[in-house]
Amino acid sequence: MTQVPLLDMTDVSVSFDGFYALTDLSIRLLPGELRSIIGPNGAGKTTFLDVITGKVKPTKGSVAFQGKNLRGLSEQKISRLGIGRKFQTPRVFDNLSVLRNLELAAAPMKNPVGLFRDTLPMSVKDDVQHLLGYVGLAPYARSQAGSLSHGQKQWLAIAMVVAQSPQLLLLDEPVAGLTDEETSRTAELIKSLAGKHTVVVIEHDMEFIRELNAPVTVLHQGTVLTEGLLDSVKKDPKVIEVYLGQSQD
Amino acid sequence: MKLLRSLFPWILLAVALFILPIILDDFRLNLFGRYFSLAITALAIDLIWGYTGLLSLGQGIFFALGGYAVAMYLMLNTPSEAGGNGIPKFFENYGVAELPFFWQPFWSPVVTLIALWLIPAIIAGLVGYLIFRNRIKGVYFSIITQAALMVFYHFFNGQQKLINGTNGLKTSTTELFGQLVGSPSLQEWLYRLTVVLLPVAFLICRYFTSGRFGDALIAIRDDELRLRFTGYNPVPFKTIVFIVAGALCGISGALYTVQSGIVSPQYMTISMSIEMVIWVAVGGRGTLIGPIIGAVLVNYLRSLVSEALPEMWLFVQGALFIFVVVLMPDGIYGWFKNGGFSRLLAAFGFATKTATYPQLDQDPGVLEEMSSTSGTKKL
Repeated sequence: MTQVPLLDMTDVSVSFDGFYALTDLSIRLLPGELRSIIGPNGAGKTTFLDVITGKVKPTKGSVAFQGKNLRGLSEQKISRLGIGRKFQTPRVFDNLSVLRNLELAAAPMKNPVGLFRDTLPMSVKDDVQHLLGYVGLAPYARSQAGSLSHGQKQWLAIAMVVAQSPQLLLLDEPVAGLTDEETSRTAELIKSLAGKHTVVVIEHDMEFIRELNAPVTVLHQGTVLTEGLLDSVKKDPKVIEVYLGQSQD
Repeated sequence: MKLLRSLFPWILLAVALFILPIILDDFRLNLFGRYFSLAITALAIDLIWGYTGLLSLGQGIFFALGGYAVAMYLMLNTPSEAGGNGIPKFFENYGVAELPFFWQPFWSPVVTLIALWLIPAIIAGLVGYLIFRNRIKGVYFSIITQAALMVFYHFFNGQQKLINGTNGLKTSTTELFGQLVGSPSLQEWLYRLTVVLLPVAFLICRYFTSGRFGDALIAIRDDELRLRFTGYNPVPFKTIVFIVAGALCGISGALYTVQSGIVSPQYMTISMSIEMVIWVAVGGRGTLIGPIIGAVLVNYLRSLVSEALPEMWLFVQGALFIFVVVLMPDGIYGWFKNGGFSRLLAAFGFATKTATYPQLDQDPGVLEEMSSTSGTKKL
């Protein structure tokens, strides 16, 4: 397979005052791929996303998106290149309505001039309506995002990332705090996105990871411990040790 | 009812334009003119603080700059103010023979009318851009704006030769259209001008806060970093509203100066800029009516208290601020809007019935329960 990777991360290290959150992490993502990332607390999963989205500058190593180096780019420029991120806690704009949240994310021209033109293209409006319906928030379109339940906020946060129509979606704990039913619906949504988009999912919920049925990368202490399908990964003695904390002797 | 609602702003405007000048004496009318001009500053602060989350403690800079612009125009164009060499008399006291170059454009009324909002806007743009580009936020932004205010204050205080230093520029004895600026007839026209410009400022602020641009401002206030990750650069948005607010403060300062009769570095004191923020907090930030109510009410109260008990005003103001922050965090207007008034009535036993399921309060079971619990609890 000689496909060009969509995201190519090589030997990235991040150090916070001498503490290494990532050590020589290399991850490649192919276009259309769905990838799950798991790992115990402090494994560097969120830092991994921070590096891609420009929130944290890597101490060493390089990150390339479609062959373009992301080093030194601001968060908004990286976002406009086609990388969308959902945060661990559902960060939505509480004082805007659900619809306005989505329209802000979906707007094609993200600058003051673009926003002064008060009309969104019909195609964008249709997309937003479609998304609203898909995540079941259509009845709440006019209510303030701050009044939604936790699960609904999660969905809105995911919908906002999708509305940006990025090539690469980074979803940090998309099903934290959701019911089983909502979780499997989210899995469905994510699987439908893969193929057209490259999707990275970070989760602790193993049932959810199993439903995604995608290659799993296990992070530990800032580097890749192992990769493979969930069942083979689960049998890996190194993974068992990391998760269950078996003694080293 | 709906008709009344839509007519209400016009009625208010008509009352302010035509009725108040009749029922109020010259002195009171002039005071109201000042309150309304200060309300424009309150609107500007609401635009940047209430909507965008930028708590600026330095709006006094722009307020005073607008005042100085108009004051110098009036002094230059008043023959009685001119000294031996045709420029305002105070220059002679410091041995300045020629008008400083930066005052030259202020011979012209057109340039003055543009400069009084353009100069504050340019300074706001420069200061704002540098601050926002370096991602200075929250309390650090407030401290920097306050520091900038102090720089301006001390600079203006120290420059006798350029701007008459701490004495400021007096406008009440200057002339406009052949009349004394301090005269009642001209003051009445300035009052009317203020009453017309306040709604204009209101509409400007509404233009910026409604629509999708306003959404972006609220998003910046709520979670700026999240907006960056959505692909927006917040810097131009913040710079634009800071410029607009600076320009509005300039207009407000010019109107206030001609109605109070003087502009001096006192307008750039720290306390003055903090008071401006208090008006907005008292009236209700994040709404456009709130700051107008706050500015007029607080300043009216100030006049009343100062007339009765001259030493007490600062205590009253402090108490008012604490009262609002603790008991009405959304300000007076926000309190009304969130049903505060009906809650207050309820607290005194005049509760209005809450909307329930149809006929819930006629349901026999509910009635029975209500009668059995009555006396112990009243909802």
